[in-house]
Amino acid sequence: MIVKANRTCLVIAGLVLAILFVASLGVGADQATLADLWQGSGGIDLLAISRLPRTLAAILTGAGLAIAGLIMQAIARNRFVEPATAGTAQSAELGILLVTVAWPAASLGFKTLVASAAALLGTGIFLMTAHRLPPTQPFLVPLFGLVYGGVLGAAATFIAWQADLLQYLAIWSNGDFSGVLRGRYELLWIGAGLVAGAWLVADRLTIMALGREASIGLGIDYERMLQIGLVIIAVISAVTVVVIGIVPFVGLVVPNLVSRLMGDNMRATLPVVALSGAILVLACDILGRLIRFPYEIPVGTVMGVTGAVLFLLMLFRRPAHG
Amino acid sequence: MIEINGVSLAYDVTNILSDISVTIPKGGVTALIGPNGAGKSSLLALVARLQPLQSGAITMDGLSVASTPGKVLAKKMAILRQDNHLGSRLTVRELVGFGRFPHSRGHLTAEDRKVVDEALMLFDLDDLSGRFLETLSGGQRQRALVAMAYCQDTDYLLLDEPLNNLDMYFARDLMRSLRRIADERGKTIVIVLHDINYAGTFADRILAMRNGRIVADGRPDELITTDMLNTIYGFEIPVTTIDGRPVALPFR
Amino acid sequence: MIDRRLIILTLLAAVCAIAFLTLGLRGNLGFVLTLRATKLAALIEVGIAIAVSTVVFQTVTANRILTPSIMGIDALYLFAQILLVLILGGLAYATLDASLKFAIGIAALMILSCVLILPMLRGRLDMGLMLLAGVVLGVLFRSLHSLIARILDPNDFAVVQGMSYVNFNDVNTGLLALASLMTLCALVLVWRARHILDVVALGRDAAIGLGIDWTKTQVGCLLLVSVLVAVSTALVGPAAFLGLLFVALAERVVQSRRHALLIPAAALIAVIVLVGGQTLFQHALGNSSTLGVVIEFAGGIVFLILLWRGSRR
Ligand SMILES: Nc1ncnc2c1ncn2[C@@H]1O[C@H](COP(=O)(O)OP(=O)(O)OP(=O)(O)O)[C@@H](O)[C@H]1O
Ligand SMILES: [Mg+2]
Repeated sequence: MIVKANRTCLVIAGLVLAILFVASLGVGADQATLADLWQGSGGIDLLAISRLPRTLAAILTGAGLAIAGLIMQAIARNRFVEPATAGTAQSAELGILLVTVAWPAASLGFKTLVASAAALLGTGIFLMTAHRLPPTQPFLVPLFGLVYGGVLGAAATFIAWQADLLQYLAIWSNGDFSGVLRGRYELLWIGAGLVAGAWLVADRLTIMALGREASIGLGIDYERMLQIGLVIIAVISAVTVVVIGIVPFVGLVVPNLVSRLMGDNMRATLPVVALSGAILVLACDILGRLIRFPYEIPVGTVMGVTGAVLFLLMLFRRPAHG
Repeated sequence: MIEINGVSLAYDVTNILSDISVTIPKGGVTALIGPNGAGKSSLLALVARLQPLQSGAITMDGLSVASTPGKVLAKKMAILRQDNHLGSRLTVRELVGFGRFPHSRGHLTAEDRKVVDEALMLFDLDDLSGRFLETLSGGQRQRALVAMAYCQDTDYLLLDEPLNNLDMYFARDLMRSLRRIADERGKTIVIVLHDINYAGTFADRILAMRNGRIVADGRPDELITTDMLNTIYGFEIPVTTIDGRPVALPFR
Repeated sequence: MIDRRLIILTLLAAVCAIAFLTLGLRGNLGFVLTLRATKLAALIEVGIAIAVSTVVFQTVTANRILTPSIMGIDALYLFAQILLVLILGGLAYATLDASLKFAIGIAALMILSCVLILPMLRGRLDMGLMLLAGVVLGVLFRSLHSLIARILDPNDFAVVQGMSYVNFNDVNTGLLALASLMTLCALVLVWRARHILDVVALGRDAAIGLGIDWTKTQVGCLLLVSVLVAVSTALVGPAAFLGLLFVALAERVVQSRRHALLIPAAALIAVIVLVGGQTLFQHALGNSSTLGVVIEFAGGIVFLILLWRGSRR
């Protein structure tokens, strides 16, 4: 029964994503409709160089961020945290900013590496703190995360100001797909790899969400899993920040919505979470392209509004079960 | 005189208080007893207008609790709640001084200071008067709160389990002080107690509640009998007589 | 009897003000002095507004790690401006008189904060939930503000950027007179209510027991806070943690939560930090535009420490 319902969810999500995928290929500032793309040869170029990479980037970003959020919630054992609002993304931003100041000529790969390391450190600090906050007050953890992220962001702003890099900072701190072209987004595939990796250890992640004692009782190397989880979160966030910029709330609302529908067995939910994340981000990007056509509104801004509304609804609507 | 007339209270659908009517005359000590969850604190909160009345009426010396301005009532009655979480960082003297607020609106006069000193003395707080509340023990804090209510210097004093956290010495001391101010200054004291023997020793009258109703009402010697206590608490409590007073022994 | 610590703070504040006015004077003296005096007035006013609004807000919400901005009240001001844009249309909004915009913004903010915040206080929601909802509400309104700004004028990124962090360098001096008047009125009211605020700080039950009209007082305080927040937001932009820093410092200095002491102390410290900091950044570091960011950073750290310590107890 349950397996069947889960499969239905998966199929529906897949269908929706397919529709959005086609739609995304057809929408853009340069007036090329799908029909044009089909016929003219110039259209194929546009498709291959700009539209397809952009669409793929949105899908990869959404899936990656949603999974990062899912894992972070499992590790922090708190439903209201996610990398983009709890300091991970801001740490990555700080890292890439510092490396840009210190060594402007560094390659993108190296910058991503530094950003990942910074994200790892920042997330580690957050989680250490989160585990020490009293479990009786679940809202303190996300609050702490939000302000912690804000403080890191303020530090980044200060440094950027001093180094005259505010424009770059604006790019990193507000996610935007309009600059995505072939050859400039491929780093995001790392995220896809990590999502696949997460799926391999899904059962262990589910058990981790039950806590340290339960994990050890079931014979799981808790510390090792913690490290794996942290690396997945940090790398996905860092890659996203470097290529796209911060996209808030995806990792927060998607896992929660899916959990309400399907529960918390990650073996079953993980693919749906990834697909739904992709759907949300792609939909917001398409929306951003359409609201003020032919101008574009960055996906970070659209997501700030959509995500905040969804999150508030989530906060005040009691969970369906329990 | 406190007149409680047909008062009921419900949260959602559960009835907390059901149609309570009782009159507490001026002067004397009235003890309110009953098992946990009987509705004692709720009734006291209604009398002290901390909760809005849902039905019925409560008057105090003819003044309706619902419509009389808070300022006026604050000079008529003082209330001590069962649990108090004070967020502020205050010294004992500052806290007790707030009891004078209804009279002086914050500008303490020499007269006010005298009352504060007297209260600090009465509750053995003069050594602690400069200490911050969070540095006190539970019992010391409780005494500071009682002193604050006392300082309000009102005709009516509503105390919800003031003996919480107090050791035997201060519990007796507090009850004696209350008895004395009732006798010497004609104050009316309504006090929630869990120790039936304190109620028997110091109260003029005992009101017993159970499941949101008043199930017994009378002089201590009328109420402290095995039968009566069984209707109130639902178990056998032996009662003996010492020095002509009934003493309950709920220990075996 | 005036407290000695207050006198010291006052002297310090005066020294900062004089330094701000006179250090490195050159060029047309009269012109420069007027310019600086205007800016000084604005800084003082913003400092006072932020400090006092935070004290009052913390007292009514019975929480010492809150500022009005953390609860998203300044974002409500932005939201009120958005509403105005939506109702009037972009062009009409752009040509509207600044003072009028300000006044409408304040009125809307007062109504909105009563409608949105009061139920939260009334419902006695879990404090953490309330805080979180406030922060997210703030994010929502800020995103909405930048979204609408982009829709109205897709090429003008300056509008959006200008609003996103506090900046003491280009103070909106056009509103100064009106803002001063409002701050002054609010201050007088707060000062007269200082003893009542002491009682409010004891909590709802205790305050009612001592004869306070709880609802009326709560609404009144919220309205005052709204006015002060609107003033500071209109003059320098949103400043989430500044107030926290000022009040935490003031509490340290006067060692008391009595409003008769705390309010002047917090206001004076705000003036010292802002005016002194501005002077320092201008002359010693040669870069004054980052002061806001630095103070915000410090305030954010104070918040984290308070949260951490508070949850330990
Ligand atoms: N805010 C509330 N919401 C719902 N139910 C409540 C609320 N406050 C009290 N109650 C219920 O009302 C009943 C009476 O509570 P009350 O505090 O008056 O009891 P009490 O007689 O003072 O008990 P105790 O001796 O334990 O202090 C209890 O069953 C309690 O669960
Ligand atoms: Mg009780």
